Amino acid sequence: MDLNFTDEERDFREEARRFFRTDIPQSIRDKVAEGEGLTKDDMVTSQRILNARGWATVNWPVQWGGQSWSPVQIYMYQDEMQQANVPTPIGFNVTMVGPVIAQFGNDEQKQRFLPKTANADIFWCQGFSEPGSGSDLASLRTKAERKGDKYIVNGQKIWTTLAQYADWIFCLVRTDPAAKKQEGISFILIDMKTPGITVRPIVTIDGGREVNEVFFDNVEVPVENLVGQENKGWDYAKFLLGNERTGIARVGASKAKVARIKELASMERVGDRPLIDDPRFREKLAAVEIELKALEMTQLRVVADERKREKGKPNPASSILKLKGSAIQQQLTELLMDVVGPYILPYQRDFDGRNEPVIGPDYATEAAPMYFNYRKVSIYGGSNEIQRNIVAKAILGL
Amino acid sequence: MDFDLTDEQRLLKDSVDRLIADQYQFEQRKKYLAEPDGWSRNAWKQYTELGLLGLPFEEKHGGFGGGPVDTMIVMEAFGRGLVLEPYFATVILGGGLLRRAGTPAQQQALIPEIAQGKLKFAFAHVERHSRYDLADVATTARRDGADWVLDGAKSVVLHGDCADRLLVTARVSGDRRDRTGIGLFLVDPSAAGVVRRGYPTQDGLRAAEITLSGARVAPGDVLGDAGAALPAIDHVIDEAIAALCAEAVGTMQAMHETTLEYLKTRQQFGRPIGQFQVLQHRSVDMLVALEQARSMAMFAAVMAAEDDARERRRAMAAAKVQIGRSGRHIGQEAIQLHGGIGMTMEYNVGHYFKRMTMIDMLFGDADTHLATLARLGGLFGNVRAA
Repeated sequence: MDLNFTDEERDFREEARRFFRTDIPQSIRDKVAEGEGLTKDDMVTSQRILNARGWATVNWPVQWGGQSWSPVQIYMYQDEMQQANVPTPIGFNVTMVGPVIAQFGNDEQKQRFLPKTANADIFWCQGFSEPGSGSDLASLRTKAERKGDKYIVNGQKIWTTLAQYADWIFCLVRTDPAAKKQEGISFILIDMKTPGITVRPIVTIDGGREVNEVFFDNVEVPVENLVGQENKGWDYAKFLLGNERTGIARVGASKAKVARIKELASMERVGDRPLIDDPRFREKLAAVEIELKALEMTQLRVVADERKREKGKPNPASSILKLKGSAIQQQLTELLMDVVGPYILPYQRDFDGRNEPVIGPDYATEAAPMYFNYRKVSIYGGSNEIQRNIVAKAILGL
Repeated sequence: MDFDLTDEQRLLKDSVDRLIADQYQFEQRKKYLAEPDGWSRNAWKQYTELGLLGLPFEEKHGGFGGGPVDTMIVMEAFGRGLVLEPYFATVILGGGLLRRAGTPAQQQALIPEIAQGKLKFAFAHVERHSRYDLADVATTARRDGADWVLDGAKSVVLHGDCADRLLVTARVSGDRRDRTGIGLFLVDPSAAGVVRRGYPTQDGLRAAEITLSGARVAPGDVLGDAGAALPAIDHVIDEAIAALCAEAVGTMQAMHETTLEYLKTRQQFGRPIGQFQVLQHRSVDMLVALEQARSMAMFAAVMAAEDDARERRRAMAAAKVQIGRSGRHIGQEAIQLHGGIGMTMEYNVGHYFKRMTMIDMLFGDADTHLATLARLGGLFGNVRAA
């Protein structure tokens, strides 16, 4: 047992740290640190800088722009990126649809979509959830009927994150209503400019506009936009959801939040001393730091194990990454509110631009919205209750 | 970076695991408890034969040169077996103090005796009001000619009743909680002025109350410089915490496995109770607590050899908090999910629960260590110590 990294690994980490902190614009990284919403331009700019170095799509096959990195390198890349507050490459492009097209798409689809997906020339969104199909995703009802060389798509998707920015949407649609629910689903790619698509924003409790409803009214989709085989979409969706295992813990991002909380707590005063010197506050923070350190160690165990494990076999320890990682992210947003104190109250978001001058310290503005918004992390990507169902069945054999 | 065991460590793990599986079933343990010492002389002999008693010591002292990871392997297995013998008191505490504070002559004379199973040690340190502060020592040592004379009372001395030698902390100078002025003295428990009263602890192990009234210690039985023992004690206690964390992981894993087995076999309402989602989810939360604890026990093992006392203490404080929190959660849930049977002495889970509870309270409970870590500035980013 040895927790030291090799010289090469340490050099790699240093290189990553330098690159992220010098090449990605400070203004974008500041927004991430403060929890301010990124514009589409911010996300695209950041991704293109990463892509120019081949660092946007490291998990893809090498021939399509991926890296043949070791699990340790991938861990360091994620950790340094998150600690530097670099926007995570657009997930819909990089961890979701890209790997599915690379694995199951035909050559023409790979040529057509992968380079543009890597460079964020296409901005993707994900059409999975429906009003009646949340945790029970396979019950989805949006249907695609084959008519000649087209599918006619009718139905509705919901919780479609950043659909307002998206050029394309990858959708799970029902192509065989008679089959068992998992067996009649296909994975298709739809141009968001196609007539019959309507996007309606859903404002979330933080006042943000991240998610949408997307309606499909007789939308015509060429059959060449089917990925893989018809009615095999559920397999591809499972592949997609199982893709991202260690990054989901967001350990690096939580480390950055701890550092920020400590910095801000030394600026806030309570009585005659900085808040950071208040023993009770220090203990609350230390308690979360311990859980975070344990999670980091657990993540390293998964990383070390991945080198030996055949692909697609989950490590029991990996199952806790999402459960614990989401809880820690949420706890840190609570601590940030504690730091801000009464200036948590002014609502300063949806004005035209910013409310200048800012009321209270400028770091106070986003603290409450971030807390509200982060309730999502234990809901999305399979709620924590669904995660527990999965662990109970797959690992505990219950 | 890897979490692999070396070939030697794998062999060690195989043999200790086998020993515990063969010799430490619940019914066998009951028999050991009923023996005169409250533990098994035969098991002690087997530990000697397997080399476990010499594991962390240098080869020149009859040891095997093992490190904290080797200790972790042994202690995790002992946690699974709820081992009763004075291994922790003798090898980890006693042997550790000799290794880190003893003179070469003392090491040469005493460590081989430990490795051969001939001498058992106990660390007599806790006092009525010291709680978990290692510097809080009121017992005094004063010079009388060349000798030292000790007066005071020591409490909850782990396996103090069966120890052949005591390592006693006493103050040679300064005030009660000063970090300097603490000496470490080798005391024969049968010497004049030493009275001990042994008793069982909540978890079935043993301890003793020890009073020292003018107990004489020869100059050759002072460990290192009298009055400068605390840094060595600090390090040994950190190693002891790492060892306890490993033992706790073995105990927690046993509780989780036992509970899982029960959920799969216990029938109510016409089906195994493990089919009820509420119990499934609680069982998953136990697993999460277990894996977090395992991760921190590994971290503690790796950090136990760290020479920077501050970094080491940070790591141990963090690990002990995690172990304490996870242990409480898993222990309480294990009893609850078993229902009535979990409350009985005749079933194993309650015994694991009790040992786990005592581990939390040894060398600083979770709250104490959380306060320590908070004072040291936490684990991430830069905060000066308070």
